[in-house]
Amino acid sequence: MTPLLLMEGISKRYGGVRALADARLECGRGRIHAVLGENGAGKSTLIKVLSGVVKPDAGTIELEGKPLVFATPAAATRAGIVSVFQELSLLPDLTVADNIGIVDPPKKWGMIDQRAQRRRAEAALARVGAADIHPLARVRDLPLSRRQMVEIAKALARDPKVLILDEATSALTAADVAEVFKVLRQLREEGLAIVFISHRMHEIAELADDCSVYRNGSHVATFASGTKSPGEIIEMMIGRDVESVFPTRPAKRQAEAPALKVTNLSWADRLKNIDFEVRPGEIVGLGGLDGQGQRDLLLALFGALTGVGGSVAVNGKVVTLSSPRSTKLPGGGIALIPEDRKTEGLMLAMSVRDNLSFAAIDQFSRFGLIDRQAEEAAIGEMIRLLRIRADGIDGPVAALSGGNQQKVVIGKWLMTKPQIILLNDPTRGVDVGTKQELYQLLRVLAEARAAVLFYSTDYAELIGCCDRVLILYDGAIVRVLEREDMNERNIVASAHNLATTVAEVPS
Amino acid sequence: MKRDWSFWLAANRGPLIAAVLSVAMFTLFASQHPAGFSLNIVNTAANKGALLAFVAIAQTIPVLTSGLDLSVGMVFVLENCLASTLVVGSPLQTALGVAAVLASGLLCGALNGLIVVVGRLQPIIATLATGAIYYGIALLVRPAPGGAVNEDFADFITGSVGDAVPFSLILLVAVVLFIWIPYRRSVLGRAAYAIGSSEQAAYMSGVPVARAKFLSYVLAGFFAAIAGLLLTGLTYSGEANALLGGSYTLSSIAAVVVGGTSLYGGSGGAIGTIFGAFVLRTIGDLLFVFDMDPLWQPLFLGIVLLISVSLGSFRLLRVKKRVDLYR
Repeated sequence: MTPLLLMEGISKRYGGVRALADARLECGRGRIHAVLGENGAGKSTLIKVLSGVVKPDAGTIELEGKPLVFATPAAATRAGIVSVFQELSLLPDLTVADNIGIVDPPKKWGMIDQRAQRRRAEAALARVGAADIHPLARVRDLPLSRRQMVEIAKALARDPKVLILDEATSALTAADVAEVFKVLRQLREEGLAIVFISHRMHEIAELADDCSVYRNGSHVATFASGTKSPGEIIEMMIGRDVESVFPTRPAKRQAEAPALKVTNLSWADRLKNIDFEVRPGEIVGLGGLDGQGQRDLLLALFGALTGVGGSVAVNGKVVTLSSPRSTKLPGGGIALIPEDRKTEGLMLAMSVRDNLSFAAIDQFSRFGLIDRQAEEAAIGEMIRLLRIRADGIDGPVAALSGGNQQKVVIGKWLMTKPQIILLNDPTRGVDVGTKQELYQLLRVLAEARAAVLFYSTDYAELIGCCDRVLILYDGAIVRVLEREDMNERNIVASAHNLATTVAEVPS
Repeated sequence: MKRDWSFWLAANRGPLIAAVLSVAMFTLFASQHPAGFSLNIVNTAANKGALLAFVAIAQTIPVLTSGLDLSVGMVFVLENCLASTLVVGSPLQTALGVAAVLASGLLCGALNGLIVVVGRLQPIIATLATGAIYYGIALLVRPAPGGAVNEDFADFITGSVGDAVPFSLILLVAVVLFIWIPYRRSVLGRAAYAIGSSEQAAYMSGVPVARAKFLSYVLAGFFAAIAGLLLTGLTYSGEANALLGGSYTLSSIAAVVVGGTSLYGGSGGAIGTIFGAFVLRTIGDLLFVFDMDPLWQPLFLGIVLLISVSLGSFRLLRVKKRVDLYR
């Protein structure tokens, strides 16, 4: 019997980065298929290809034995493949009923039949057990977990043959998850194929019939759920290709007063009672699955969030962080190397020179006038330190390669001589050579007694660079790994909040 | 569970405020008028208000998609010039002239739509350029002010039906009932709101993004053409007046905002815009009946605009990530 859905030989490159190579996914009728892999293993790209968002460079998709080609998400939906995305695809200003009926609304005399649409929305909401959501409420006014339920109801209202849930449960409360699982099991009985991505291993164990593991854009294995232990699955997700590109770690330092001390930090429901310290000269990693609060933590320390609870002390003094400007403290402030250098790090159209001096401009100006000589000297020094290709120093920063752009972003903050450096996944989309230079640079900065807090989605990087790694899960620090405990197995296990498996691992 | 009407109220707060404000202002104006409340006053006010209302409805639809149409004022002027040459002669000839004027409005809108959708230019700059083109054509059509119009037709569209209700108001109501509401409830009309709300999410949800955007500019051209006809009826002539075009473009944006449509797109609508246009037009009349110097008018207009824009900014107080303020 032919499988309901078959994807074969799917390859996709973004620029020089390989996202998927000859990947495969096979899904039967009435099966729930879990897709597993680390951050960057290619899961998301695979799902995007399947839902028509991304066009693959090579490969075929077959549904019920018939080959499919689609150019847009709408075409995929028409073919019967419907996704519930991690990033919401709801229209915030429209009502719940409008959102659920957005693609193929019931019509009367060529107009949308509001009453029929409302009835349909009510039925769809009741089906996922979210009858408490009013169909006329604006989506913008709903809390996140309710929005996610609307998203699932919207997907079901399209009568899919294949339903894809990409991290669709991560924003839900436990009661909602139970409700959604009930619906998914019922849909399985009705013969749907369900592709399920979740970082919560216990959800997968509870729900999935089959599992496929991906690593570095390739398919590793497919097996029936329950036939492998979590330890074996993690082994498959990690694989073996850790490169030795990292600088040697210095010997353990004497304990000294922390440069940064965070006590009981909380924000909205995204950060929960976070306590940790970073000493001068120390590189502390932030690990865990993507989106567990790491970015929010860095933003909170950089004064970019409002309503943050708890306290932050720099060199023993409690500081109020009310804006990024307020993080410029006497004796060296806090610097954040942002995640998206193109929007948050650089003024792309301005010159490399101007970009470098922006953050530190106060230091070379008097009464609002810039001391050009001091500025020149500082810029020259930074270009030498970072080995930025200097031929385009007066040209727009947009003309530099990704790696050199990233160096400019870092250089811009180093100009302020910060005591505390926060890095938000700085090596994403950067070539290997520059990555290596950045690792060296982190050590140099630490040697100069900066305290470094380093978030990376690449576990190998955390192991290679950091003195300690804090693992976040659901907005809280669930584990601190040090020295000999810092290996991929432990990081992956604690990232999935699997404390029990960790205990079994011999160190 | 909350009642249905409370959601309706929340969604239509902006237009409702504009409606209450415009009715209150007009009542005040009519009660204070030295000549008393008469049909003549109502008719004049209706014509002035409707003129801006049609240009502002034209503006509303691209704004809903979070676009902007800076050419509406120039299309309005161009159609005035065309009408002053085409809408003449026998009833049949006049009818054909009206049809030609409306068709050329559609054509102007279609060109804007094509440039924005296919050319992927920013609406603001694309329509700034096409606006200059339309004005250029208007100058070629009517190098000097003048021309003529079928006066029976002109008197009809600017007069009152049955000596009671201004025709321009009937036209506005008809446009709302037979064009706006069906559009609002059509797939492409809702698509316009969806695009303005989040273009990416709209695309991901399979909304016909390109068609809906194109249609929004086409409709804008059409409504601007109606306004052009109305102006010709009021002046009995045509004039390629760049100042008038520019000022109507800017006033149309103001009317859209006062009428409760968000410049970010996604919420609001033409009905609020109509009230917004009447609010703006009545300010001048109020100054007149209270014997104040007309020099005060721009200042008051500015204050009214500022207050209505502030009403829309309260959501910023709830922002939790400071970086979100700068997006």
